[in-house]
Amino acid sequence: MQNPTSRPILEARDVRKHYAAHTALDGVSLAVPEGSIFGLLGPNGAGKTSLIRIITQITGADSGEILFRGAKLNPSHIGQIGYLPEERGLYKKMKVGEQLLYLAQLRGLPRADAVQRIKGWLDRLDLKAWAQKNVEDLSKGMQQKVQFVATVLHEPSLIILDEPFSGFDPINANLIKDEILRLRDQGATIIFSTHRMESVEELCDNIALINRSRKVLDGPVSQIKNQFKTNTYEVEGQGRLLVVHPDFEVLEQKERENDHFFARIQLHAGTTPNDLLRFLIGQVQVQAFRERIPSINEIFIQRVRETMPESLTEAVTA
Amino acid sequence: MDKIWLIIQREYLTRVRKKSFLVISLLAPLLLAGTTIAVSKLNSASGPDVVAVHDASGLQVAAHLTDTDEIHFVPATPGTLAQAQAAFEKAKPKQAALLSFPAGFGLDSAKGTQILAKGNVSLNRQNNIRKAVNKAIGELKMARSGLKQETIDNLQAKVDLAAINLDELGGKRNDVGTTTAMAYFLSILVYMFIFIYGVQVMRGVSEEKSNRIMEVMISSVKPFQLMMGKILGIAGVVLTQFALWLVLSWGITTVVMPLLLKNDKPTTTITTNGATVVRPAAPASSPAVAATSPAGDQAAVATPQPGHPFSIWSVLDGLPIGSIIGGFLFYFLGGYLLYSAMFAAIGSAVDDQTDAQQFMFPVTIPLILSYIVSINVIINGDPNGPLAFWLSMIPFTSPIAMVMRLPFGVPTWQLVLSGALLIVGFVGVTWVAARIYRVGILMYGKKVTYSELSKWMFYKG
Repeated sequence: MQNPTSRPILEARDVRKHYAAHTALDGVSLAVPEGSIFGLLGPNGAGKTSLIRIITQITGADSGEILFRGAKLNPSHIGQIGYLPEERGLYKKMKVGEQLLYLAQLRGLPRADAVQRIKGWLDRLDLKAWAQKNVEDLSKGMQQKVQFVATVLHEPSLIILDEPFSGFDPINANLIKDEILRLRDQGATIIFSTHRMESVEELCDNIALINRSRKVLDGPVSQIKNQFKTNTYEVEGQGRLLVVHPDFEVLEQKERENDHFFARIQLHAGTTPNDLLRFLIGQVQVQAFRERIPSINEIFIQRVRETMPESLTEAVTA
Repeated sequence: MDKIWLIIQREYLTRVRKKSFLVISLLAPLLLAGTTIAVSKLNSASGPDVVAVHDASGLQVAAHLTDTDEIHFVPATPGTLAQAQAAFEKAKPKQAALLSFPAGFGLDSAKGTQILAKGNVSLNRQNNIRKAVNKAIGELKMARSGLKQETIDNLQAKVDLAAINLDELGGKRNDVGTTTAMAYFLSILVYMFIFIYGVQVMRGVSEEKSNRIMEVMISSVKPFQLMMGKILGIAGVVLTQFALWLVLSWGITTVVMPLLLKNDKPTTTITTNGATVVRPAAPASSPAVAATSPAGDQAAVATPQPGHPFSIWSVLDGLPIGSIIGGFLFYFLGGYLLYSAMFAAIGSAVDDQTDAQQFMFPVTIPLILSYIVSINVIINGDPNGPLAFWLSMIPFTSPIAMVMRLPFGVPTWQLVLSGALLIVGFVGVTWVAARIYRVGILMYGKKVTYSELSKWMFYKG
């Protein structure tokens, strides 16, 4: 994990956006640290795309402001932002090379630079042979790669990827993942937007959870996970486990064949894992002992349950 | 500005490089030239209709039937009607009809006259024959009432109509036929091209929308730039097409046609109906006119002039070519910009082509109406009348109406006013269209209604 610098590359302050029938964003504030991978997570329809469209200047916010490196977001920032929308699309009847050149030039990249970089990228992603082919002749996976190249060709300092891995097979998904990490290591900031939280959990340094047009949680992933730890440990071992102890509470216990068992045990306040371990060693043969770290998805559900119980069903099913 | 230029380039190049563009650019002038050649060949081959006259009435009607430009009367084979008919059917060269005056035919009971022909006799031909018969019987009646032939001749009015155009359009002649043809030709070009390329704009927009490339584009450029880039790029395609056609047509008609038409007398391509328009630089009273009398004029227009090889372009000599070309380009572009902005808004509002139909209607109606109404008001009516004036002022109809009026000559102040109104019109329409467009392009899966569209106009960015 990289150390995110303290200064945010992007800052949203109390952003609101209303459409005719509904509220898309209801006072969302967040800060994206420079050089980090930032996860913008939430179920479908939570308001992620609305926020992204405001950041990419496709639409404007009703109120609130977006700051890019401390300055109010304006069209001069377009060249510093790369955007891969959830709905992928390219001009079908245009050649791959020409299309990349066109899109890069529209982002303000000079022609000569663009030509140079397109060559490099197509080489690296095994697309070189396809440069003179029309986009419609490419497979869906290749089109996705071309679109990814189009997103990052102008070397933006902020890259916004909406559902980046949908449509990729596992091999290409890994390829793209590596490219994303490489770009981050080169200093770019990446915003992931997804409703499949488990897919980007491992990549993100920071996250913001959005539900029903409100931000419900944000911060560094490690910190959030710590914050939502329930002091629960998972134990696997051999023997007959019988816990009757005022300091520990068994949440779940499963007996398996050959005297094996699995248990989730929560510690009460003032108890350390070592206390539990000592207690267990007296009783059984311990084979595995680890702290139970909640997944972002679990945290999200828990958070939603706490803050707005009425929306629980939707959030869980999403 | 850089970005809109990039968009224009893309829209232009992707279309101009298509094979279909090349094919149409080459084929259209060839077709035009081919048709012209075919028509002139046919025209020179066919003279006036030959009508055989079988006269059993004993009144010598046949002798009083006078030939016209369209009809040449010949006596039928003497004998019974059946014999005449048999001869008519075998006649070489072919005769157009057999006109029969039966035995009982008299001046007071002018009945029983028949026209026999293979197939149907066209209304036009019937009318021509009827006119000639009426005239002949009129003459016979006058003769019967005791008038001398001399008196009869004196009684017949011989009107020679000359339309004098008092415009200051130069000292050249032209004729109504060419002017009218020009008016038709130019206005149908404007009409067709606004339609064809306006629909191309609409297709392009809805293609970008259904391709889902819109979001990528709009995060790079303003919706207005994208819309105008497309409209202007396609305008460039049309202008290129025009230029190619002009060059090719010129090449074909000046190089190829004279070779093909070398042995033909270029006689009947132009019909002036005796109404010759004389330009004021050669005032009607001056002796110079006598030298270039109407008959001479006709010949001058249609036949090769010394030092001026025959070409179809010579028929354009009398027309205000400069103002026609300039006006045509201006009104075509103005009309195209105005209508294609509306087409772009439609393309942005619908998810696929089939939904576009309901919105096409209000856009195409003024276009079609302005063409149909203009033909009736301007070509068949008065090119400078009040209705023609208003049609050529309203921005939705002026591109077609004014282009139709151009060959007839339009006062400068009207051109300036109508041009200014057209500019105001397309700026206004583009503004409204752009407001619908910017909302429409990102709106998916929504059934769009007119009230929805009007709401979009007031959305905040």
